[in-house]
Amino acid sequence: MDVTPELVEHIVDLSRLELGPEEVRGIAAELERVLGYMDVLNRLDTEGVEPMSHVFPVKNVLREDVVVPFPFQDWVGLLAGAPETDGETFLAPKTVE
Amino acid sequence: MEWTELTALELGAAIKKGELSVREAVQGALDRIAARNSAMNAFVTVTSERALERAEQLQAGVKDADSPLYGVPMAVKDNICTRGVPTTCASKILDGFVPPYSACVVDKLASAGAVCLGKLNMDEFAMGSTSETSFYGPVKNPWDLTRAPGGSSGGAAAAVAAGLGWYAIGSDTGGSVRQPAAHCGVTGLKPTYGVVSRYGLIAYASSLDQIGPLCRDAADCAAVLDVIRGKDPRDGTSLDGQYGNLISGLTGDVRGLNIGLPVDCYGDGLNGEVKAAVLAVADALKSRGAEVVEVSFPVMEYVVPTYYIIAAAEASSNLARFDGVKYGWRAQEYEGLRDLYCKTRTQGFGPEVKRRILLGTFVLSSGYYDAYYRKALQVKAVIKEAFDKAFQWCDLLLTPVAPTTAPRLGESLSDPLQMYLGDVYTVSANLAGLPGLSMPCGFDSKGLPIGAQLIGPHFGEGQLLNAAHVFQMDTDWHKRVPKGGGPA
Repeated sequence: MDVTPELVEHIVDLSRLELGPEEVRGIAAELERVLGYMDVLNRLDTEGVEPMSHVFPVKNVLREDVVVPFPFQDWVGLLAGAPETDGETFLAPKTVE
Repeated sequence: MEWTELTALELGAAIKKGELSVREAVQGALDRIAARNSAMNAFVTVTSERALERAEQLQAGVKDADSPLYGVPMAVKDNICTRGVPTTCASKILDGFVPPYSACVVDKLASAGAVCLGKLNMDEFAMGSTSETSFYGPVKNPWDLTRAPGGSSGGAAAAVAAGLGWYAIGSDTGGSVRQPAAHCGVTGLKPTYGVVSRYGLIAYASSLDQIGPLCRDAADCAAVLDVIRGKDPRDGTSLDGQYGNLISGLTGDVRGLNIGLPVDCYGDGLNGEVKAAVLAVADALKSRGAEVVEVSFPVMEYVVPTYYIIAAAEASSNLARFDGVKYGWRAQEYEGLRDLYCKTRTQGFGPEVKRRILLGTFVLSSGYYDAYYRKALQVKAVIKEAFDKAFQWCDLLLTPVAPTTAPRLGESLSDPLQMYLGDVYTVSANLAGLPGLSMPCGFDSKGLPIGAQLIGPHFGEGQLLNAAHVFQMDTDWHKRVPKGGGPA
């Protein structure tokens, strides 16, 4: 298929990435080549084949709905890995003014 | 022979008998790491002090230990969480991240008396087949330092091959345990999907990811899998393996075992030396009483595109969580939340990770979902069915692991599609959730190891390990030790 710079820019935006114009052209060419190769799948007739997301028939694995306490030191540890916190929560720029 | 050349089970037995202390084993490995790692770059983090402290704690329990791996030093791929020890996925975006919890496998191994030496280098987020996409620089193959060790568990394979630890824990989404094992001359096992809990494994493609051991031989793989397998309530896809103790299943008897040779795996694109060495495995097992039959596997041309569509789709979704808010690295300059996400991800991810996120976002996007993602899930069902048919004629399949031996550094990065095609023999086991084992079966004229792959039906680990064990009783390819990275 024809991969245009506009299509790549749309995908880049959905992915929350930024690419310069030259990178967009590079990715467009690469994507076109990779997708061209993937078109081989169209040689296989899959009419009526149920899409398989999981190889085992394991569905809706349920467990008792019980509260498991989260240890304080783990909570501190979780926050310690974040770029910015106020000691109690993660901090990020405001989304709505 | 040096202690570092023993298998994990042999070392465990020596520790149990008091022939050496846990501390001596740990110190031996640390000395080896100090001497050879700078040339190979197999480790991202070496936890010397922790390992020595742990050795002292474990020594007191040697007499009462019931695990055959008690006291044996090992290392863990850097996409598996280790409490208090940095876990980076070899990515800038997780640089400095220290998990507040350990993966299920790490806890299980600790309970069995493992000593962790550190964290192993890999392709960034396990995306790559050469271990060159790491933020911390490429891993070098100990058989030839100008070559790649394979990937993505390249640090794990290189470390075990060069004696920087007795075994390693890796992950395999499309061949990431088996292919580096082949390129470095060690034995690697990807278990049946679900047999090992993925709790604490940083996700790449959740429906394909599976944790597995890289070891000196099949018996060690059996011992490690005996420790790490089992259902875990924290991973809803985990299952209890439907088999007993794997070590005691190594009977050394393959009489009557039916080995299938999928003719479609031995055609164009396969290097002649690799082909000859892999077919010699069939002859060796035949001489032990196994039977060899040719089988059809007519879906080979579909496996790589199906794999890359599904893996990229899941990756684009899984990696959405790296946004510079909850963990890891954040861009220095940004304007507002959206810009924070974009700048952090753009500067934090490397080119191959971005490529796969973009491909995955594309195949899931409105207007293209049915043509690519849904189609791939349908073809996945067809591939699974092809395996089911093949296993009506045989107990396990014998194929190459990779079309060639280890490539030169840099050779694969210039052409991503070519690199993807190199995964042709390994990805199908992930798509169908089957166990696959990679073992050394010879060397090419350049002196590089060649790997053979055995694929079994679901929960067929016992048969795979026993067949590999029988092959290793009759050959010594797995005992060869590379000199790369050592003192000149």
